[in-house]
Amino acid sequence: MEYFLQQLINGVTLGSIYGLIAIGYTMVYGIIGMINFAHGDIFMVGSFLSLILIVAFGITASLPIGLLILALIGVLIISMALTSVWGWTVERIAYRPLRGSFRLAPLITAIGASIALQNFVQISQGARNKPLQPLIPGGFTLTEGSDDGFIVQLSYSQILIIVVTTLLMIGFTLLINKTSLGRAQRACEQDRKMASLLGINVDRTISLTFVMGAALAAVAGLLFLLYYGVIDFYIGFLAGVKAFTAAVLGGIGSLPGAMLGGLLIGLIETFWSGYFSVEYKDVAAFSILAIVLIFMPEGLLGKPEVEKV
Amino acid sequence: MSAPQESFLVSCAKDAAVGGLIALALFSLMIGMQADVATGLGGQLGITYRWGAVGIAVAVVFAGRLLLNLFVWKADTPVTRTLGSFIPKASSVVGLGKYAMPIFLVLAVVLPFLLTYWLGSRGSRQYLDLAILVTTYVMLGWGLNIVVGLAGLLDLGYVAFYAVGAYSYALLAQYFGFSFWVCLPLAGILAAFWGIILGFPVLRLRGDYLAIVTLAFGEIIRVVLLNWYEFTGGPDGITGIPRPSFFGIEFERGEGGFADVFGLEYSSIHRIIFLYYLILIMALVTNFVTMRLRKLPIGRAWEALREDEIACRSLGINTTNTKLTAFALGAMFGGFAGSFFATRQGFISPESFTFIESAVILAIVVLGGLGSQIGVVIAAVVMIGGFEFFRGLEEYRMLVFGLLMVVIMVWRPRGLISVRRPSIALSGGKASVISADLVQEGHG
Repeated sequence: MEYFLQQLINGVTLGSIYGLIAIGYTMVYGIIGMINFAHGDIFMVGSFLSLILIVAFGITASLPIGLLILALIGVLIISMALTSVWGWTVERIAYRPLRGSFRLAPLITAIGASIALQNFVQISQGARNKPLQPLIPGGFTLTEGSDDGFIVQLSYSQILIIVVTTLLMIGFTLLINKTSLGRAQRACEQDRKMASLLGINVDRTISLTFVMGAALAAVAGLLFLLYYGVIDFYIGFLAGVKAFTAAVLGGIGSLPGAMLGGLLIGLIETFWSGYFSVEYKDVAAFSILAIVLIFMPEGLLGKPEVEKV
Repeated sequence: MSAPQESFLVSCAKDAAVGGLIALALFSLMIGMQADVATGLGGQLGITYRWGAVGIAVAVVFAGRLLLNLFVWKADTPVTRTLGSFIPKASSVVGLGKYAMPIFLVLAVVLPFLLTYWLGSRGSRQYLDLAILVTTYVMLGWGLNIVVGLAGLLDLGYVAFYAVGAYSYALLAQYFGFSFWVCLPLAGILAAFWGIILGFPVLRLRGDYLAIVTLAFGEIIRVVLLNWYEFTGGPDGITGIPRPSFFGIEFERGEGGFADVFGLEYSSIHRIIFLYYLILIMALVTNFVTMRLRKLPIGRAWEALREDEIACRSLGINTTNTKLTAFALGAMFGGFAGSFFATRQGFISPESFTFIESAVILAIVVLGGLGSQIGVVIAAVVMIGGFEFFRGLEEYRMLVFGLLMVVIMVWRPRGLISVRRPSIALSGGKASVISADLVQEGHG
């Protein structure tokens, strides 16, 4: 039971990170119907930017708690801004010129962009792992002295991840549902031509979608860095595929679906490694992707797609 | 007179300055500060500052954008148009295949003799190895071209079938002692079988979903190969895979060896030359089969499927079976190439079958021009040859590769030599050739 509880906590934490990345996939798919294959690498860039800032500012766990929080918020804001520029640039260079081209063209440039980003970071930041000293050590011990001596830990960084994700989700849902930007976005999603006739700047709205996706990926990048404490240039690929799986599982195009899918993928992956085998945890995620796409391509919360001639 | 001139310059410079500022935002941290484990800090991360590199990167972006603005994007007569008149239009390249193919073929056949004549058997070895590598990729490209170029199914996990072929041969040889010539057809059949197994459930999916699922399958096969230690040797791979024989005659020194039987002086280059001809013949068979299949009803169905799936279905074509045959055939040729790879290397491990490998093969097909056989050859020669040429710049070549994939796709979405010539067309019809120049927007 203690083991189960611990896996549950770990799974929810991991799932929150996947959910944040998945939102980027689901929004872009919703608005222009393409898989932004480079999104996982945008997440990786965001994580690296956070790492650089943390090291450059000399942020360590020995800072007083108030200062630490302020410094981390500062890192987060700068990293979000710069990662957004990366997301915007990728869209501008690799996707916008191909809008209206045949369907697979932007997917191929996306793969190219993904390879280019990975190798750019590998060259500029070095191929070695980047270990970071834990910034938020410690946590609550939930059960102590049970029969088998297994201790359930809820670390402060896990609480931070879950709280930040929840807050962001609330803010983001409000942004989409209540603001004019969100309205423009939903309009473009339904009918781009009609939206542009009604005076919505479609190109700008699409760019902003990429920017928002990248900003959320940057948050996920910082949280990933704080939680795992080690990153390298290759983390984007696996995290990207898993987050995409989450987006598909929840129903692509649906925001709550992306979060739900992220949580489910996180839980499935954690329980799979906890109870079956760690080696095959990626196989579990990939298999879910295949199974969901084959048997219920509309996902849990998505709308079934009608094929039009 | 001078006023509009100046404002033109100013607007170009302003635009370039914005580009430079964005580049500054992009590169200031990523290039300017390198966070790495510095020596002497006890395993902690330290920052190395490299502002000079940022300056260079920003200057390059600024200058590049300024020049592009001045001469291409905002100019009255873009330089590209002048340059473009020197580059043959894709429609004029249609006839290229007719003349270039025999030339390429003759060149490919006499290549080993030319090389050994010029460079001697020792000096020519590395070039022959490169030629074998390029030809392997040509074969893989042609195999994938059936799936992507003809049937229009984007397969991101093609390397899985390459791996199935390679491991089939290696395992059959290891456990049962089968020879290469027995295993070659078996490897192809097994790969095709896997193609059908993987293809059957996923082929109902739409284009980009299909791409992602094939990517997932490719990764699953790799992870299984990596972790099934007892059977596949895991990360250690399989060593000591037997070399191919010349229809039973081994390439070895002494009595009964290849040199002895044919009355030649023994040389290790014989085996290399044999391997080269082996992969050349296998590649040509792939090409021949593809070209013939295109003229059969099934080939026409593939092309129709690529152009419009819904129309196909309304005309009563069984789309699942049509896709499945394309998938299985492509997989089969991938399997053949895989078992050749295994016998050439003598050692295989899951590391040879990563996603990047799929991306390289896909890039060869896409950049060469979807559906164009000669385009695949040119792209393979340029890309794989280029990779070897820039071996000294090991770490930069994948970056350049990724950027090229983006740039060429944006510049010519249908590939460099893309000619969508329907294998069947109404005679005398004006639309008998649809070249890349004419196709601005398709719905492939």
